[in-house]
Amino acid sequence: MTATLDRPTERPSGGRLVDQFEYGLDAPICLTWELTYACNLACVHCLSSSGRRDPRELTTAEAKALIDEFERMQIFYVNIGGGEPTVRPDFWELLDYAVEHHVGVKFSTNGFRITPERAAILSATDYVDVQISLDGATAEVNDAVRGEGTYDAALRAMANLQAAGMKDFKISVVCTRHNIGQLEQFKAIADTYGAQLRLTRLRPSGRGADVWEELHPLPEQQRELYDWLVAHGEDVLTGDSFFHLAAFGDALPGLNLCGAGRVVCLVDPVGDVYACPFAIHDTFLAGNVRSEGGFDTVWKTSPLFLDLRSPQTGGACTKCSAYDSCRGGCMAAKFFTGLPLDGPDPECVKGNADASLGAVDPSARPGTSQDHSHKGPVRHQPVPLTLVTRRPERSCDESPLTGLGAHSG
Amino acid sequence: MLEMLGQGWSLSDSVSLRPEPFGALAYDFRTRRLSFLKTPALVDVVRRLGGCPSVGAALTSAGVDASEHASYARALRRLADSGVLTPRTVSPEEILV
Repeated sequence: MTATLDRPTERPSGGRLVDQFEYGLDAPICLTWELTYACNLACVHCLSSSGRRDPRELTTAEAKALIDEFERMQIFYVNIGGGEPTVRPDFWELLDYAVEHHVGVKFSTNGFRITPERAAILSATDYVDVQISLDGATAEVNDAVRGEGTYDAALRAMANLQAAGMKDFKISVVCTRHNIGQLEQFKAIADTYGAQLRLTRLRPSGRGADVWEELHPLPEQQRELYDWLVAHGEDVLTGDSFFHLAAFGDALPGLNLCGAGRVVCLVDPVGDVYACPFAIHDTFLAGNVRSEGGFDTVWKTSPLFLDLRSPQTGGACTKCSAYDSCRGGCMAAKFFTGLPLDGPDPECVKGNADASLGAVDPSARPGTSQDHSHKGPVRHQPVPLTLVTRRPERSCDESPLTGLGAHSG
Repeated sequence: MLEMLGQGWSLSDSVSLRPEPFGALAYDFRTRRLSFLKTPALVDVVRRLGGCPSVGAALTSAGVDASEHASYARALRRLADSGVLTPRTVSPEEILV
């Protein structure tokens, strides 16, 4: 039994690339590898519910063997994230190893560890790109989501990268109700530091499920975002996040399809392979890289991935005139909000999910199947927007009560 | 774009091809750009470019019918514009071949 024989045989020859991608590829185009669940922050919307290191985390040797496999499969680059990947003691060693083995790396970081010395090394290394997370163009908006002091840390990292001569590093923004009005300010920050702006969608994944209802952009903000993205074209990256907005009119740059298990997947810190970075849940677990045959076999033969590569039905969406544009939207967003996978996206711009979303019993939502969140307060605790008039707790305050109010806002 | 047919081109040094059922992915490690070769036949032609004195010769050696050379030239032009292909200095010996 081979992967090839298991594949749906209806793959068309020629035609649009997007149709080809729906049938899957021999290796992913966009592979995200979360190196660790450990994080020095406790962002309220963390899609992997990160915080504490998992003791089963891949060892350095296992991580290197996985890089070898990526090289064999000609996975040209990987997106490394976490958690905060730089907290792994072997992070820089693995980065070098990947580059030596022709696997380019773009890694996401909160910037705390991007010192002038590290920035100089990164700037001198080909095949490495850095992505600094920033979820507000002001400290007030950013720190409410990412934690006290994280805005300053991110801008410090950007200044270090710029001073080191690093060009076109990325500033990655998760779009929320509170920062859609700051798009021009984000662009200005990116321009100031010689960086490229990347906007992505807030998913109701991980801890994101807890804050999605209060943070996801309002309907009129979706339109504002779409118009802004259209106006900026390929200057602004989106990681193909916003294809559900294509129902407004013209498609945005990118593949405009759900790539889960087809061109995209996630390897988590313990080697579990999920269909996409926003779908860390048993339902979308395809296998583990530690199993016989490794990642290659999981990618090519897992029943879940083969199913995702077979023609999908649009369900209720097929009646909609916009279905060809938005393809029903994001699988993970539907799943974690408790909607059927073959129906409209919870943020369907036609409003077609509004009724069913309102009818979902919150307790019936799937929730998370892993949670590595910090159990106690962290030094850089999110500062609720509603409490900004109060003096935030000092980062040096060691009282066990520090930050305990942060999740009540 | 038809002038390409008489010129020598090859896959850029910084570009790797990955075979796929539809054709191939081309990744440029220098620019980090991903391009797509949409048919296996086009992949075959691209792989032959480096060993042939001209694009036209590569097409012929790949068995591409002369009536299709123009459409292949357009596809190769697009790959050249995105940096996947690089012009080659043709040595006199090769011209004589």
